Amino acid sequence: MELTATTTIRRPARDVYAFWRRLENLPTFMCHLDEVRVTGERTSHWTASAPFDRTVEWDAEITDEVPEEFVGWRSTGDADVPNAGRVRFAPAPDGVSMEVHVVLVYDIPGGPLGKAVARYFGEEPHQQLDDDLRRLKQVLETGEVVRSDGAPWGKRARKEFPQRPAQPLSAEEVEELAKEARA
Amino acid sequence: MRANTWAGRNRVEVRDVPDPTILNSRDAIVRVTSTAICGSDLHLVDGYVPTMQDGDVMGHEFMGEVVEVGSGVDPSRLRVGDRVVVPFPIACGACAACTAELYSCCENSNPNAGIAEKMFGHPVAGIFGYSHLTGGFAGGQAQYARVPFADVGPLKIESELSDEQVLFLSDILPTGYMGAEMCDIQPGDVVAVWGAGPVGQLAMDSARLLGAAEVIAIDREPYRLRMAEEAGHTVVDFEEVDVRSRLLELTGGRGPDKCIDAVGLEATHGSTPIGAYDRIKQAVRSETDRPHALRQAILSCRSGGVVSVIGVYGGLIDKFPAGAWMNRSITLRTGQCHVQRYMEPLLRLIEQGELDPTRVITHTLPLEQAPYGFEIFKNKREDCEKVVLKP
Repeated sequence: MELTATTTIRRPARDVYAFWRRLENLPTFMCHLDEVRVTGERTSHWTASAPFDRTVEWDAEITDEVPEEFVGWRSTGDADVPNAGRVRFAPAPDGVSMEVHVVLVYDIPGGPLGKAVARYFGEEPHQQLDDDLRRLKQVLETGEVVRSDGAPWGKRARKEFPQRPAQPLSAEEVEELAKEARA
Repeated sequence: MRANTWAGRNRVEVRDVPDPTILNSRDAIVRVTSTAICGSDLHLVDGYVPTMQDGDVMGHEFMGEVVEVGSGVDPSRLRVGDRVVVPFPIACGACAACTAELYSCCENSNPNAGIAEKMFGHPVAGIFGYSHLTGGFAGGQAQYARVPFADVGPLKIESELSDEQVLFLSDILPTGYMGAEMCDIQPGDVVAVWGAGPVGQLAMDSARLLGAAEVIAIDREPYRLRMAEEAGHTVVDFEEVDVRSRLLELTGGRGPDKCIDAVGLEATHGSTPIGAYDRIKQAVRSETDRPHALRQAILSCRSGGVVSVIGVYGGLIDKFPAGAWMNRSITLRTGQCHVQRYMEPLLRLIEQGELDPTRVITHTLPLEQAPYGFEIFKNKREDCEKVVLKP
């Protein structure tokens, strides 16, 4: 399965590239990622949430890159869901913004895991990546992921609609949010 | 705290809800001193804007005192104790739209951008108390409100003006003003305004201020027409006369140079069959909006004129007079108001006495009586033009 998405961010190439290249940042806006740990100059270890409260982990390597232009990576070894990705940064015609073009490729296995992964992405697999890039834009342009009362959970959005009502969070919900922020 | 909430179609209810807290570092919490019911709140209550949920706190016109600020709010911009008017669109101030002063199209302030994009093609900004489509933000018809990007939107009021004089800087005054500004009014222009509700009245005053030779108000409620007449505008009662013929009479056969639709998606029509056509189509959802005012404005406008739309539309319309629009070189301009762009200059005009938005206020009620306020405003009882609520 191949997913593509794009957004335009009003920040210089060096900032957008640097933020992405620091791979530990990816889980701040990418919904399915729990953690990316850098293990070497070009290698890293990724942890993602999978359906039914499972987590999947894999090692990845940067396959090619040109600073401020693009980064390509792929999973290595015996990944449960082999995957690869590429992000390309291109100056927007306005002269101040950068276009971010992302391609993710998942080699979805057969069997129950493959079915679960397919279900996880749902009928609109593009939506998730689109929302990831919206959050990347929010973080780079405004400093953080924007929260509302109806959608306070940031990238942990539970459901698009219905949501919790647009009224302030209860003390328990505020505590839950604080716990997630600390985690 | 107490807050006025959406409780299903045609029902609002004042309930106990939790007090708001800071969720993002650039938030502020405002103790609301005055808030108002907007005509567009009626579209939510009437069920014409999708994605409302039981318990949503309503209200996007509010002002008050800052009681808490997040760690990311620059103290030179906003501090605890400041008295502020809050603009209804939530805007980050940093994206391309905000940089171009198109604040109601902010690219970052709507966490439900995915829903908005499905309906509108591209997302729109977050708006307080205005459905989940515009972010799911709790509104200001409450004792307290959380204001995101508090270092961008809120306007500090440092003079002795009353709440009533400045409250409408949150929405209806800038909205009316933008409606007139989009008309690109030239000396000698006749401007016709469909709808003599609060936004329409302020669009009329703005059109005169921007140099219109004559301003014509079109409505059918006697008290609304009287209000426009007392403010010096010419009135047309669409129950009594054929609007297009009357406008031709008033303009020597030319038609108004500029037309403003301050009605939007729930228009009523003098012609019963046409009104019934749209009501039925809207009821079965094969058309979401009833666009009489817009159709009539396009058909009435002089060739080469401008039709400026500030009444709210939410979905799809039927029988759009594309032929008149195209063949007669009519310019159609519109937008949810970019309030932040207008707040300071309009505050100056209020201070100088050039504009007096208080003239539309007919009712001031305690917040607890919000359901009653909605009822009289919706049904145009007690000559209700504009309700201010005091939490």
